[in-house]
Amino acid sequence: MAAEKRVVFRSAWLPWALLAPQAAVIAVFFYWPAAQTVLQSMQQSDAFGTSVEWIGLQNFANLWDDPTYLASFSTTAIFSILVAGFGITLSLLLAVFADRVVRGTTFYRTLLIWPYAVAPAVAGVLWLFMFSPSIGVVAYALRMVGFEWNHLLNGTQAMALIVMAAVWKQLSYNFLFFVAGLQSIPKSLIEAAAIDGAGPWRRFWTIQFPLLSPTTFFLLVINVVFAFFDTFGIVDAATSGGPGKDTSILVYKVYYDGFKALDLGGSAAQSVVLMVLVVTLTVLQFRFVEKKVNY
Amino acid sequence: MKLKSKLLLSCALAVAAASSTPALAQTEIQWWHSMTAVNTEWVNDLAKDFNASQKEYRVVPTFKGSYDESMTAAIAAFRAGSGPHILQVFEVGTATMMASKGAIVPVGKVMKDAGEKFDPSGYVPAVAGYYTAPSGQMLSFPFNSSTTIFYFNKDAFKAAGLDADKAPSTWPEVVAAAAKLKASGHKCPFTTAWQGWTQLESFSAWHNVEFATKQNGLAGLDARMKVNTPLHVRHIENLANMAKQGLFVYKGRGNVPEASFISGECAMINTSSGFYGNVAKNAKFAYGLAPLPYYPDVPGAPQNTVIGGASLWVLAGKKPEEYKGVAKFFSYLSSPEVQSASHKRTGYLPITTASYQLTEKSGFYKEKPGTDVAVTQMIRKVTDKSRGIRLGNYVQIRAIEDEELEQVWSGKKTAKEALDSIVSRGNQLLERFQAANKS
Repeated sequence: MAAEKRVVFRSAWLPWALLAPQAAVIAVFFYWPAAQTVLQSMQQSDAFGTSVEWIGLQNFANLWDDPTYLASFSTTAIFSILVAGFGITLSLLLAVFADRVVRGTTFYRTLLIWPYAVAPAVAGVLWLFMFSPSIGVVAYALRMVGFEWNHLLNGTQAMALIVMAAVWKQLSYNFLFFVAGLQSIPKSLIEAAAIDGAGPWRRFWTIQFPLLSPTTFFLLVINVVFAFFDTFGIVDAATSGGPGKDTSILVYKVYYDGFKALDLGGSAAQSVVLMVLVVTLTVLQFRFVEKKVNY
Repeated sequence: MKLKSKLLLSCALAVAAASSTPALAQTEIQWWHSMTAVNTEWVNDLAKDFNASQKEYRVVPTFKGSYDESMTAAIAAFRAGSGPHILQVFEVGTATMMASKGAIVPVGKVMKDAGEKFDPSGYVPAVAGYYTAPSGQMLSFPFNSSTTIFYFNKDAFKAAGLDADKAPSTWPEVVAAAAKLKASGHKCPFTTAWQGWTQLESFSAWHNVEFATKQNGLAGLDARMKVNTPLHVRHIENLANMAKQGLFVYKGRGNVPEASFISGECAMINTSSGFYGNVAKNAKFAYGLAPLPYYPDVPGAPQNTVIGGASLWVLAGKKPEEYKGVAKFFSYLSSPEVQSASHKRTGYLPITTASYQLTEKSGFYKEKPGTDVAVTQMIRKVTDKSRGIRLGNYVQIRAIEDEELEQVWSGKKTAKEALDSIVSRGNQLLERFQAANKS
């Protein structure tokens, strides 16, 4: 290894002082609420918080005893894999195409970035309108070709609906990063390969894709976090977790129990479970997937 | 440093701005509500008329989102030490409010302290009973109450060769009518909105059977679910069979299915009496209102239906003169004239007997046939099984009803399995609520 070029602060307090603003923001907006959640998860209180009782791990025991809660783990796993998988694949495809567009690049990119400005709940409603069994345009078209669409009673179709909405919502974000990643790959590499006779397909797999791996890895982490945490608005607007509990993912139940049913202790306990789960997943990703990444 | 001094300056400015507003001579009463569209105007008019009727108090209505949103907002505000004086809470939130003893002031106490006249016995029994604690004290002020009724499309009935002037009054008649509608090419003969409320809760009271023990929860927090009796199973099985034959088409949770009646897609629907205003304004066909269907062989049926809608709660921690203003406002709302005008305007029930009589005298029910269906379903002598249903964690229990019934309509579970599951899952929630709200 070459000699490290590391700048060292001479002062003892300056680095801390420079870190302080960011640390303060993280403490106020992340650590403090997270600590509150952990405290609340061990309490049982009425909605107004006039009587608070410490009950230890009872809230967690309740979750453990609830078969529907345990079932929503597999629902969440399916949902997250589909959202991250389709989200990353589709956006990579679009980014590679957009990278090859010669005219009107800005126009295409702007269109593709648009959905990012849409709130999750609105995304849910948009897709619901298109697929509504009685009035939806797409549902109508499907019926014309002989496919009966009814996500009100068909769990698989309901899952497909929220996956589509979530993927569409996250597509722009992924796209943006892939486009930036593709642009940072030196043109000389690709041109050299082209001169050596490699076709577009070959060039993509042997040059662009490996060089994109830091971006892909970053997006994998971000998309899994998105699917786990930011999708309750989509579920609430599109399916409300139904039919039955077929689309009731973990974060939707956190939202529902906390903000609609006002069971703050139970909701906090679920948040803690979710937090632990995502931290574990992220650590695992860094531990195992990151090894395959070339920086 | 610079940032800090800037911050200080802006704080100082904010304080100066706040204190420079002239002190109001009037006492302000904050009222958070969840009424949308035409009903927002109704609420604003009530406040405006009250404010014009006297000078001491000013009621300020604020729309705070849907029922659950405004309740969450009020709870957050209360925990932060503020919050409104009056909060409109939907019927399923009633048990939660009742259990939050430190957060509310019983309406009876507010009225008594202010020396205002208040007679709970003037209210329709099914309404008053719902908002009265087991101790007999009335805790909240009944405001907008509705109940479940039956709507049908007269044009579709005619087209199917049915008698458009006579609604099916029993479930066997509904099935027969649905079969005829289907034979005439109708894709959705029957649907239901609020499936838990209409097909399980109101259904129980209407047939005079318990939905839950302890008088459906009115008599205490140790109530447990009872919706898996043979009668309940029979009804849900009946609906499941209708679904299989295409006679009943499931159109979603909450009030979502209502749109399919307005559009003419579904010919019959069970839903809230509060749907009337929407039908009257938007339906492009002749329609009829009728009482809920029942099973004629069940003794005691039809009894009465249960209420939905909301009541007004007074939150704790305010100044005595503000409570006086709240009491004055409630007195104003209680007058038969105001109540009768509200009933005619919104389709919500007239909640006092006096206002019902006043409305009847005015000839309103003859003018608009069907508007008295909800009233006559409610103004009856109630039994302990039919007075109302008030359970803890009710919002979640409603969600469980939706989840389990959907499994029946899609054929994944039998009626018995789903109802058993509602009972066991519901009981867990009831036990937890009881533990969290020990008195």
